[in-house]
Amino acid sequence: MTSFARTDTSTLSRWWWTVDHWMLAALLLLIGLGVLATLAASPPVAERIGVGSLHFVERHLSYLPLAMGTLFFASLLSPRQARRFAILVFLGALVLLMLLPFIGAEVKGARRWIWIAGLSLQPSEFIKPGFAVLAAWMFAEHRLDQEFAGRAISIALYFLVVALLLMQPDMGMAFVVSATWCVQFVMAGLPLPWAALLLSLGIAGMVGAYFAFPHVALRVDSFLDPASTNSYQVTRAMEAFGNGGLFGRGPGEGHIKETIPDAHTDFVFAVIGEEFGLLACLLIVSLFAFILLRGFSRMMREENLFILLATAGLLLQFALQALINLASTVSLMPTKGMTLPFISYGGSSLLALALTMGLVLAFTRRHSRFRGKF
Amino acid sequence: MSAERRRRKDLAHHQAIETGRTRLFLLATLMMLAFLAVGVRLIELTLFREGSEPRIANATPPASWQTERADILDRNGEILATSLRTASLYADPVRVLDPQAAARALARLLPRANRKEILERLRSKRRFTWIRRHLTPQQQYAVNRLGIPGLYFQQEEHRVYPHGHLAAHVVGFTGVDNRGLAGIEKSFDAALRQGSGPLRLSLDIRVQHILADEIGKAMRRFQAIGGSGVVMDVTSGEVLGLVSLPDFDPNRPGAASPDAMFNRATLGIYEMGSTFKIFTAAMALESGKATLDSVYDASKPIRIARFAIEDYKPKNRWLSVPEILMYSSNIGAAKMAKDLGATLQQDYLSRLGLLSPPALELPEIGAPLAPYPWREINLLTIAYGHGLAVSPIQLASAVAAVVNGGISRPATLLYHAGAPTEGARILSEKTSEQMRRLLRLVVDSGTGSHAAAEGYLVGGKTGTAEKNDANGYAGKGLRSSFVGAFPMQAPRYVVFALLDEPKGDKQTYGYATGGWVCAPIVSNVISRMAPLLGVAPIDEEAPEVERQMFIEIHEQEKRLASF
Repeated sequence: MTSFARTDTSTLSRWWWTVDHWMLAALLLLIGLGVLATLAASPPVAERIGVGSLHFVERHLSYLPLAMGTLFFASLLSPRQARRFAILVFLGALVLLMLLPFIGAEVKGARRWIWIAGLSLQPSEFIKPGFAVLAAWMFAEHRLDQEFAGRAISIALYFLVVALLLMQPDMGMAFVVSATWCVQFVMAGLPLPWAALLLSLGIAGMVGAYFAFPHVALRVDSFLDPASTNSYQVTRAMEAFGNGGLFGRGPGEGHIKETIPDAHTDFVFAVIGEEFGLLACLLIVSLFAFILLRGFSRMMREENLFILLATAGLLLQFALQALINLASTVSLMPTKGMTLPFISYGGSSLLALALTMGLVLAFTRRHSRFRGKF
Repeated sequence: MSAERRRRKDLAHHQAIETGRTRLFLLATLMMLAFLAVGVRLIELTLFREGSEPRIANATPPASWQTERADILDRNGEILATSLRTASLYADPVRVLDPQAAARALARLLPRANRKEILERLRSKRRFTWIRRHLTPQQQYAVNRLGIPGLYFQQEEHRVYPHGHLAAHVVGFTGVDNRGLAGIEKSFDAALRQGSGPLRLSLDIRVQHILADEIGKAMRRFQAIGGSGVVMDVTSGEVLGLVSLPDFDPNRPGAASPDAMFNRATLGIYEMGSTFKIFTAAMALESGKATLDSVYDASKPIRIARFAIEDYKPKNRWLSVPEILMYSSNIGAAKMAKDLGATLQQDYLSRLGLLSPPALELPEIGAPLAPYPWREINLLTIAYGHGLAVSPIQLASAVAAVVNGGISRPATLLYHAGAPTEGARILSEKTSEQMRRLLRLVVDSGTGSHAAAEGYLVGGKTGTAEKNDANGYAGKGLRSSFVGAFPMQAPRYVVFALLDEPKGDKQTYGYATGGWVCAPIVSNVISRMAPLLGVAPIDEEAPEVERQMFIEIHEQEKRLASF
């Protein structure tokens, strides 16, 4: 590998000396573990649906260079470029999201996917980081210049995005977007009484979802009373962790992947638990926690409100997605169809996450020249 | 922009950042708590929870396994006949593209196949021709692998008899189209094909084996041309063993000779000889024409018409009823019958089931051969078992009625769990009790001593008949038998054994009579089967038992039967 001298002022060299090495290493480790997990979990699923046993592995590996490229490219950007890029992504995803009812492909009962150049993409995955950056910008501008109607714009955009997500319907995505947006709102100086109101509105929204969407109600019911309804995957997952124990049964020795349909996506963590054991599971959980904390600690020294809000929002999306997946796999909350970032198989989600974390890397680079407003 | 405004703006920005950081810290704390919760939960799940039970492959429930013909079981559930699903290979010659190659490949694959014959079939103009019935799964796989168009499989069933020869005459067999052609397979053909569950027989395959084994050994030893045997439960009429030798393999009935297919135990009818003296004595006692004290003149042969009735080992004196049985006196039995008269004799024989075909559940049932008209000579000879031919199963059934308290029950091959069935009383309890003492006396001190089985208090009667043909009784050899029951103080089973044309050997001093060749069979069968059927041995010399079996023999001397 080429070594970079600190005096070297080429783009690559500047990138290398300013990027957060620890976070980069953690991300690459996570991606590597994801390849392992897909190798372990997906072959039985692939055989079950009648494609070659390495079908998902091959697809995962073919998405991987694209994801790494996206991560690298996004992290090269300066904060200003990153913001512009994110907003472009947001606008593109917004258009696609609106066109989805007409050009989307239906998968498992929801119309979330479009096909572009042989890749199946889920626009809602991409609108998420874009919106986090855009909302952060609007909040920051308003905070620094009360005359600028950033807050109003942000609120309006929020309702547009959530309405589009609920139309699909994609409850999980709507929840993550809402939670991120609210946190950004509060961090941007929303008075605490208003914050409390937002929180209660959020709870009301979740209760409303329970009554408005039958599949949400079903999942909550089966979480509260596992015996009453069909919670097959969760029960199997619990047993898988029990089978795994401290060190796991060993690679390939697990059985849960043969019995549940989502072994390679939503329940990949249970497969890891069964085959690699508690230590591997704790390593993965720690990696997620580390990436979040590392990013946040960088922000503690950040002088730019926009960067603070944007990074916090992006990291929160990433961590929330991980937390929701982990918590539902270990049955701490009702199951919510959400992949485990970088670990689960899932081409579109992999790309979107690479974009999110690429933007985080870009914002957390040391950039003394971007103090205050830019 | 004024300096004042800029200063205120910087301150505001600073404040905003500070607020943001504080709240970010709060958020970080919350998120860490959440990750911590996941970690704790993981530890609980992996270390403090039992894993799943080892999973086993889902088995197809056996209930869904329907064969077109139900199983036949013995009384303990042992499978006597069952059905295997097989594939039979047929061809549609029109669709076979290359008959030459196909015939060559098939001939190589199927054992004992003739290439020319297959080729001929594949070249015929018909649209259907069998190539081979009942392929093994391996052969079916191999044929499929050939990939020859025009070859097809027909799912069929193949009847299998796991015990082979052992119960062949009872179970019978089926033809290639799976229809019953003999035995239970034939008589219950409709019921078996209805698939109303397995058919349970009264047969006990263990007893069947013991009986067949002992009769077979005796047949070889005495060079007999045939043999048969019956084991029957005296209280229910259930047949636990039914043997006819030589026998055949029901898995390949085509290879059997007509002689082997002939069921000597139910279809064969024979003059049984002296075992009939049991019935003569029983009817004499029951009718009151005689008591145990009655004596008959056996000092010289009876001459009637052109026949002379003689004793095998004449005592040439008057004999009491116990002595007539003990020494198996033909003269004595004939005299008893003469006192009785033909009408009473016919009446009792008919009630004992010896004059009509038995109601056994087999198609192979022989009708008894009775004289008509029933002359005096018949009255006298039937008293000792000549002139009336019955099947072994009839004889066993009648003896069961004599010893079980006097109740006649039809013999059956269906399982009744040993429970007493409806029966008709033909003898009083008292007569039956006296007959038990008499039969015990025969084994204890008479011609049947070789039937004794220590501890099982065997009683019984020998039977030796001269075989006859159209030219009369002309030294054609003997048909020797023994009918026994045990334990005589409360009989549970009747055991009958018969050998056709046995030849005596050195150990029997050349004798081939029932007492020498068949009584040992019964003795061996009883000693081997009694422990299996839960009959406990007793002390035969216990005072209680001796009192029960005591019998007075009136003549010059009085004696105890068990001395």
